[in-house]
Amino acid sequence: MAKTATKQKIVAMTGNAGCALAMKQINPDVVAAYPITPQTTIVEEFANYVANGVVDTEYINVESEHSAMSACIGASAAGARVMTSTSSQGLALMWEELSIASSLRLPIVMQTVNRALSGPINIHCDHSDSMGARDMGWIHLFAETAQEAYDNTIMAIKIAEHKDVRLPVMSMHDGFITSHAIDRFEVLDDADVKKFVGDYMPKHSLLYNPNEPVTFGPFAMPAFYYEQRKQLRVAIDGSKDIVMKVTDDFAKLSGRQYGLFEEYRLDDADVAIVVLGSTAGTTRYVIDAMRAQGVKVGMLKLRVFRPFPAEEIAQALSKLKAVGVMDRSDTVGTLGGPVYVETKAALYNSKQRPAMQGYVYGLGGRDTGPDQIETVIGDLVKVVKGEESPREAVTLLGVKE
Amino acid sequence: MKWNIKDAEHWSWKKYPEGALILEGGNATYYKTGGWRTDKPAWDEKKCTQCLICWISCPDSSIIVKDEKWDSFDYDHCKGCGICAKVCPADAISMHPEGGEE
Ligand code: SF4
Ligand code: SF4
Repeated sequence: MAKTATKQKIVAMTGNAGCALAMKQINPDVVAAYPITPQTTIVEEFANYVANGVVDTEYINVESEHSAMSACIGASAAGARVMTSTSSQGLALMWEELSIASSLRLPIVMQTVNRALSGPINIHCDHSDSMGARDMGWIHLFAETAQEAYDNTIMAIKIAEHKDVRLPVMSMHDGFITSHAIDRFEVLDDADVKKFVGDYMPKHSLLYNPNEPVTFGPFAMPAFYYEQRKQLRVAIDGSKDIVMKVTDDFAKLSGRQYGLFEEYRLDDADVAIVVLGSTAGTTRYVIDAMRAQGVKVGMLKLRVFRPFPAEEIAQALSKLKAVGVMDRSDTVGTLGGPVYVETKAALYNSKQRPAMQGYVYGLGGRDTGPDQIETVIGDLVKVVKGEESPREAVTLLGVKE
Repeated sequence: MKWNIKDAEHWSWKKYPEGALILEGGNATYYKTGGWRTDKPAWDEKKCTQCLICWISCPDSSIIVKDEKWDSFDYDHCKGCGICAKVCPADAISMHPEGGEE
């Protein structure tokens, strides 16, 4: 780890407690949230901060996630710094508001603790909730560990509110695995976080400019709608640079440098795994073990899923011989999970590109151990040796046949 | 008006405010809603008592009054809802299908 620019405290906390702490340090003006497993302990812990008077936040107890996001949109449009948190069905219930938040360019930050969508009803981790909302105009950040979940929460506010972005951000970490396990990580000083996130100055707001009223959410007929969608595309594409600028600024403060993705032992690799979330930790462990046996394997761990860093991914993977992409969500009725389909598409026009195979794993919290990662690497090695041709169909790891 | 939106239909995507905001009030007049009409109101001067109940009832401010007297319909914005005809105590307003004989 690089030399840190500032004093930090080492804590033992769950990922959710870390996220609640980050919220406390950010001190948002408004939080409107509804509890849902496995996110509940974030809003519970944050409610303690509110009750104890350590934050100035107006905490709105709502009757559903639909209302939570509606209240967030109203508060953000008025000019407040707004945060919320949800999981699974809660995110699904927010569906119609998600695209309103992004189209109104409201910098709401939402911690999304990944949990499988019903049904059957299940409370454990997979990414089908946030992946289902991947095209709603939100920036999507994924965390592997509690440290990353804490760090991403702080960066998310600064990215969302940046004058050249003004988009909502979802900050993901894995339900139970990261949210409820106690992890060791470093936390910044309250004053440092406060300084880092700064004050939120909205461009138009009833709170700050009561004499310049504006209309939010007008009706847009065919003559107007399309141009708004173009604006949204340009904004989220352009946000990639700001994500990296904020990420680099955060590195100066914390000593923790992140990227659009992490390249792990990729330089001289023949084969690689693309993965996001907590499984990256297991993958790193297996890679080290297989490297010791002479297998040239690496990993690309995606942190920023929206905007999708297609160009950068293509550059990082084009020279490899075979790549396995692991999705903790299944887009049934098509070629495979979203990370696989998009990674494959990102490489389609490259002069040089690896063979690719898609894997789905861990749905509904099914345990994903080193054996499954070894299977993927073994498959890729067979493809490189010409013993097998790349599979067209997606492989479901760990399902009982 | 500081913000001229008269030709807003033809703007480039770059010119619209972020998030489809409307930055100024009082510009609904540029949006001609008369085309939505299927029934068109007609006024009978002989029956009208000048009570102006139609004027306060019209949801689209489409009854034009001049010198405190009923003057005309604003057909650029009248949506043909028929409220004026319904509230008129003197039956001085009647509704007729658009494009038909008046
Ligand atoms: S409500 Fe009828 S009578 Fe009264 S002003 Fe209107 S048209 Fe005339
Ligand atoms: S028909 Fe409706 S919109 Fe038209 S003038 Fe009468 S009340 Fe107004």
